[in-house]
Amino acid sequence: MTDNIRQIAFYGKGGIGKSTTSQNTIAGLAELGERIMIVGCDPKADSTRLMLHSKAQTTILHLAAERGAVEDLELEEVLLTGYKDVKCVESGGPEPGVGCAGRGIITAINFLEENGAYEDLDFVSYDVLGDVVCGGFAMPIREGKAQEIYIVTSGEMMAMYAANNIARGILKYAHSGGVRLGGLICNSRKVDRELELIETLAKRLNTQMIHFVPRDNIVQHAELRRMTVIEYAPDSAQAEEYRTLARKIKENTKLTIPTPITMDELEELLVEFGILAGEEDYQKAIQEGVKAPVGVA
Amino acid sequence: MTPPESATLIDETTAELTTVDKKALIKEVLEVYPDKAKKKREKHLNVYEEGKSDCGVKSNIKSVPGSMTTRGCAYAGSKGVVWGPIKDMIHISHGPVGCGYYSWSGRRNYYIGTTGIDTFGTMQFTSDFQERDIVFGGDKKLAKLITELEELFPLNRGVSIQSECPIGLIGDDIEAVAKKSAKEIGKTVVPVRCEGFRGVSQSLGHHIANDAVRDWVFPQYDKAKKAGEVPSGTPYDVAIIGDYNIGGDAWSSRILLEEIGLRVVAQWSGDGTLHEMINTPSVKLNLVHCYRSMNYISRHMEEAYGIPWLEYNFFGPTKIAESLREIAAKFDETIQANAEKVIAKYEAQTQAVIDKYRPRLEGKTVALMVGGLRPRHVVPAFYDLGMKLIGTGYEFGHNDDYKRTTHYVENGTLIYDDVSAYEFEQFVKELKPDLIASGIKEKYVFQKMALPFRQMHSWDYSGPYHGYDGFAIFARDMDLALNSPTWSLIGTPWKKAER
Repeated sequence: MTDNIRQIAFYGKGGIGKSTTSQNTIAGLAELGERIMIVGCDPKADSTRLMLHSKAQTTILHLAAERGAVEDLELEEVLLTGYKDVKCVESGGPEPGVGCAGRGIITAINFLEENGAYEDLDFVSYDVLGDVVCGGFAMPIREGKAQEIYIVTSGEMMAMYAANNIARGILKYAHSGGVRLGGLICNSRKVDRELELIETLAKRLNTQMIHFVPRDNIVQHAELRRMTVIEYAPDSAQAEEYRTLARKIKENTKLTIPTPITMDELEELLVEFGILAGEEDYQKAIQEGVKAPVGVA
Repeated sequence: MTPPESATLIDETTAELTTVDKKALIKEVLEVYPDKAKKKREKHLNVYEEGKSDCGVKSNIKSVPGSMTTRGCAYAGSKGVVWGPIKDMIHISHGPVGCGYYSWSGRRNYYIGTTGIDTFGTMQFTSDFQERDIVFGGDKKLAKLITELEELFPLNRGVSIQSECPIGLIGDDIEAVAKKSAKEIGKTVVPVRCEGFRGVSQSLGHHIANDAVRDWVFPQYDKAKKAGEVPSGTPYDVAIIGDYNIGGDAWSSRILLEEIGLRVVAQWSGDGTLHEMINTPSVKLNLVHCYRSMNYISRHMEEAYGIPWLEYNFFGPTKIAESLREIAAKFDETIQANAEKVIAKYEAQTQAVIDKYRPRLEGKTVALMVGGLRPRHVVPAFYDLGMKLIGTGYEFGHNDDYKRTTHYVENGTLIYDDVSAYEFEQFVKELKPDLIASGIKEKYVFQKMALPFRQMHSWDYSGPYHGYDGFAIFARDMDLALNSPTWSLIGTPWKKAER
């Protein structure tokens, strides 16, 4: 039943703009006439906010908790329709510090599969919490789920660290589940030489930088109105960027098994681009008690 | 598993294998294992050599996967062994339903009381975790459960929370619930972190359960002591520690202690109550039956309250007399004289048992494999009946158990730690013991091989075996197993005819 569906997932460091980027991209794909379902895999349940113009009020897990079990739910109760008929569902999950959110994602995805949510679709998109802290958050990249992963990153060091770690996770499941890396999406933070840096990183990870999304305040404006840029300002340059990204993803055939690099290699890369100082400078700085140079990160 | 062709064909007088032969046997048995498993298992098998300070085996190490160990888990050690028998408390199996269901009433801990009213020993309570409890946490459910239990069973004296695996995984704060619920119901609520995945066997569960007593029960004694509310007691106050009253064992032990003039103020935990536990730090001496499961709390009471402890053995008349004298020696001459009187009193009864059964059991051999105490403690009872031990081993014993074992076994005894199903079967096939004394998991394998078998965990639904009265039952049961006419009917006459 899911043979002809392209299942994609957006991963990336927390706060990098995964939900914003993914929803804008999905809006672009929807404009192209694709039938899409978004599966939010974050207990915060904010992966479909821009499509629904509000935070999803009925998540699978909260409704299941109220009723007793997921068996007591009907698909229609949790599968909502948003902008351009994009189907939106949120797994939901416990408040921070209690229970097991990872198990919640597993439960939610099993529920969707068993109840035929994966029918009459061209795309399924998973939006996953920033850190793949346990097996549950890896659920969307296991066998039979997302085959293409897009990593949202920026030229900031920690975002790149995270991207590399996610590549490791993909590699782990690449041989058992057939998951592939579709590319890096650079969500610009206007870091020095960001474009080149991410392109180089992509090459090292045996993938591509599929698109460079420039930074624009209009994203913030749209966000405040609980809309995607495509809906809020369809004629803006930024909307066009997301449309381009959507098209690139639709046409993407470069799906690879990533080659994650070591921490040392990543640091060397950053030194090479002048983001990190070399080891000698570092030692010197420590000895001299010099404060971190301002404006580097 | 191939059963012997005919039970009657087993040589009645198997020549005893020498130490060297037994070492060769171990080597042969290990031969079928892959190298890695062999390397691990060979450290757990040996032959006891006279004069050595231990049995020459490693113990308390993770079992080899696939070996079909008989071991349990930490939850089994806490809920099933240490806490479960405390009869006036409600023990909640906290987590999914299976752990509680399959450990329900498994250990025959006898008790006096009205079940469901003031005692709860044979009842099973569980928080019955569902998917949503895993995802959203089970704290609220647990608190609600305790409130409901208080309504339904108002005569309970307290609650213990026995953690199953998921509790540790999802990080439920059962300590916070325990504190809050204790205030709400005005009773003791003990959280026990005995998640099954902790440790290598049930042994860690005993330790965790002991620590929970120390941290959640004894503070009540300390408080009462400070307030001057602890009664002064007598110089003869003792506690029985680590007797779980299987088939009434603690009762047949207790009467002997009382007959020599001691006052047993607490039984841990067979037929025990929470208040006995709370008051135990007031005793003069702790009498430890199962060292493996209760040594931790005994040592703690020694350190914190200055209470000495003594390991005793009430299996078989030889050890009973020895133990009674040793216990009496800790008290005055009156008690010592009483001990002699009691030993003398039971002599005729015991002699009658021996006269009746020894001729029927003399020279028969036994192979033992039990938990953490009986692989050594019951050996003298077999000796009293003229039987011989050819092999023994613990499911979850530690090095100190194997050290203590040296006082019980003879040179050349085969020792097997955490023995696998395969190893045990091979040893039995080669050594041909007349009786195998082990657990339910072993029973039918050997009975189908037409070998007499007795369960040494549950006493095969018989008992008690402790004390003088218990010895009479023990002797009868061994005779029943060994001399049952059943065994002569198991052979295959047509095969004999072909020979």
